[in-house]
Amino acid sequence: MVKLTINGETRTLDVPDEMPLLWALRNELGMVGTKFGCGIGACGACTVHVDGVATRSCSAPVGTLAGKQISTIEHLGQTPLGKALQKAWLDVDVMQCGYCQAGQLMSASALLAKNPNPSQQEVDGAMQGNICRCACYGRIREAIQIAAREGATANV
Amino acid sequence: MSDLAGTMQLSRRTLLRASVLAGGGLMLSATIPGIARAAAGSAKAAPLNAFVTIAPDGAITIVGKNPEIGQGIKTMLPMLIAEELDADWDKVRIVQGDSDAKKYGPQMAGGSFATPMNWMPMRQVGAAGRAMLVEAAARRWSVPAASLTTSKGVVTNPANGKTLTYGELATDAAASAVPDPNKVKLKDDKDFVIIGRKIGGIDSPKVVHGEPIFGVDTKLPGMVYAAYERSPVFGAKYVSANLAAAKAEPGIIDVFAIPGSGGHDELVDGVAVISHNWWLANKARSKLAVQWDNGEWGTHSTRGYDEQARAFMASGKPAESLNKKGDTDAAFASAAKVVDAQYHYPFLAHVPMEPMNCTAQWHSKTGTMELWAPTQIPNGGQQTVAKMLGVPEDKVIVHITRSGGGFGRRLVNDFMHQAAAVAQKMPDTPVQLIWSREDDVRSDHYRPAGWHRLRAALDDKGKLVGIEDHFVTFDISGGFNPATMPKDHFPANFVPNVSYGQTKLKTAVPMGALRAPTSNALSYVFQSFLDEVAHEAGTDLPTLLLTLIEGAEADPPQNGPFGKQAGFDPTRMRSVIKKAVAMSNWGHAKLPEGHALGFGYYYSHLGHFAEVAEVSIARTGTVSVHNVWIAGDVGSHIINPFGALNQVQGAAIDGIGQALSLAVELDKGAVVNSNFHNYPVPRMPVIPAIHVEFVPSDNSPTGLGEPALPPIIPAVTNAVFAATGKRIRSLPIDKKLLATV
Repeated sequence: MVKLTINGETRTLDVPDEMPLLWALRNELGMVGTKFGCGIGACGACTVHVDGVATRSCSAPVGTLAGKQISTIEHLGQTPLGKALQKAWLDVDVMQCGYCQAGQLMSASALLAKNPNPSQQEVDGAMQGNICRCACYGRIREAIQIAAREGATANV
Repeated sequence: MSDLAGTMQLSRRTLLRASVLAGGGLMLSATIPGIARAAAGSAKAAPLNAFVTIAPDGAITIVGKNPEIGQGIKTMLPMLIAEELDADWDKVRIVQGDSDAKKYGPQMAGGSFATPMNWMPMRQVGAAGRAMLVEAAARRWSVPAASLTTSKGVVTNPANGKTLTYGELATDAAASAVPDPNKVKLKDDKDFVIIGRKIGGIDSPKVVHGEPIFGVDTKLPGMVYAAYERSPVFGAKYVSANLAAAKAEPGIIDVFAIPGSGGHDELVDGVAVISHNWWLANKARSKLAVQWDNGEWGTHSTRGYDEQARAFMASGKPAESLNKKGDTDAAFASAAKVVDAQYHYPFLAHVPMEPMNCTAQWHSKTGTMELWAPTQIPNGGQQTVAKMLGVPEDKVIVHITRSGGGFGRRLVNDFMHQAAAVAQKMPDTPVQLIWSREDDVRSDHYRPAGWHRLRAALDDKGKLVGIEDHFVTFDISGGFNPATMPKDHFPANFVPNVSYGQTKLKTAVPMGALRAPTSNALSYVFQSFLDEVAHEAGTDLPTLLLTLIEGAEADPPQNGPFGKQAGFDPTRMRSVIKKAVAMSNWGHAKLPEGHALGFGYYYSHLGHFAEVAEVSIARTGTVSVHNVWIAGDVGSHIINPFGALNQVQGAAIDGIGQALSLAVELDKGAVVNSNFHNYPVPRMPVIPAIHVEFVPSDNSPTGLGEPALPPIIPAVTNAVFAATGKRIRSLPIDKKLLATV
């Protein structure tokens, strides 16, 4: 039995310790917002937050996550920063297919939580683990900068 | 009006029917035999129903009939209907139609066809609906319909200011005479309020909240998951496997072998592993120890193909002729200069972000297969799955889900066949079959590799008087063959002496359409080679191109996949070339030290694109693309500027990835690459600034999924030559060739 704290709720799962969080979320808990892209932590589609840090859930065994705070795309809109990012994403019309965007948003929110005013280089550095096969990268950059600006205004 | 728009309008005798919905309201269905004919290949009309439903409260529901793969079609087609309907876009709801070619006509995401196919018919559907609503208002007020105006879902009588909403009129409107859609008045362009507006993707709000909208998000009660083991070697046959060992693994429900049928495009031999959790199913594959019979295919490799191709090119004798014009022997014998170069491009994979998957349920009582499929060609999948199962087509139900990218990969429905074959073995249990990324990279239908030996003859004035191409390609067959080239490929029609020929290699590697198929390869080859010719002639590529087409007239309209379509038009080519030259300050640009510009032009999918890339090369040989200038002519309107720009930006980056880093390698009959670490698609840090301008023309709008991609590749390779003096005759660019340390 594995006990996980996901989006503030405690969930108990009867799965092997080595099962990646991604497949516990998707197939055991029915939380399919977190996406499967590569299975080796190379594309970022499965990004979640573990204690606030952007983490590839396809490569995070559930046995290593007891006592940690896990947060997923389904919870993103619960925070002001998450809301600002979601709004910027829609205002810029970031996406084409949209499949990678949950991961992009989770990486972006982890970045802005830590660094509210990143340079373009810092954005690129934090986001380079997230592939967008449709290559909406310019718009992702722009949306992150907009959310950062709005965050800065909100804090004044 | 252009020929294209005119002929398309005339060729589609659009018929509309109307009926009253059970709960009141208007339902419009359109029959557009022109479109049905294109798919069925016969003159017999099949009904196409572009459903427009107006509820009494004014809510308008429009069916998006085509698969959404990120190209924005689920938003764009309904925009066309809503525009002419004069609907309030904020009250429009869009629902995805299931696969039903009889009801909707062909439903396909491919070839950038959706825009030219639907530009007129969808508008006519909307305009006819508007006419019926106006007619209903005219009856109620006893005034002439022509005296009434509409806006945002409201009919107004300007004489007295009275208004009626579409919702109030919907039930009456269903009783109105159905107008001939070819006679309904369409809006003047200046009155467009939805076409040309930046409208965000209709499902984007769901995406940012992680709602379940993709194929792989499908969830059914009692659903189990399947992983599918196939041979790593293409063309191999199943012999045996340790099914019991896999079945003994934790959480495994069942393991069984499935015999293939219909080849790579349908069902290959394999072993299905079933679990309540896909990760457990996929993990248990390692215990299968499948024995495969590789037959003759286990020795094939990209190196072997390359050696064969180079031997054929060296022989100078293509096995078959594609195009012979004038006298190339004489042209080369008397040439002042001959340019002779061999070009090569590799196999490429599609790697859309959502791995192949399909959910299937075999309903044993009714003998019906129900599928939830992220596919680009649901109608085709419905047909071939029915054939495989031996059931009538109406016993295969295909729900079209959103696809996490396509790029042509989902034009082949092998994953649907696998899911259906597995589900049939587990009656009444819903099964979701998912491929791993490794499955995806190693079981793709690849962009074919290809080789070209090109020769050009220049006369003493530097004029291109002869061109030869020996194309070495693969012997493959199928409905769409991506390993071909058009026999009149540019510049054949603009050079007096031409000899194009080809030789084919034998292979079992499955091949398919990758975004801008054939064009993505041929643009690189021909535009790079013409850059060489221009250099030898003492000019530059845009000047050479403009010289070649000087005085040329447009080709007449031709029969295409959706009826008459515009022929190649040198005037449009000239416009985009001049635009890209101006945008990039070509020839006069002040660039940072070590930077250089390269040019590329291509015409594909009815779109003309001229592109300029600015590059620099690090001492390690790494190429950086700093700026890209893109001028495109895709017709009279940019229907949704949001989506349009996104497609062009994405296509440019996609092409840059092909130029800089992508190749699929084969060894011992199997693909060596496995995942994103060794198939490195572009990431954020490498993207350039992309400057896009659309050059409007009086042609009917065409699609943007593809035509912006081909010219960027030669723009980059030609820029590398301008920066280094080194020609890039093989893709992806070999850093070692450019390294100076």
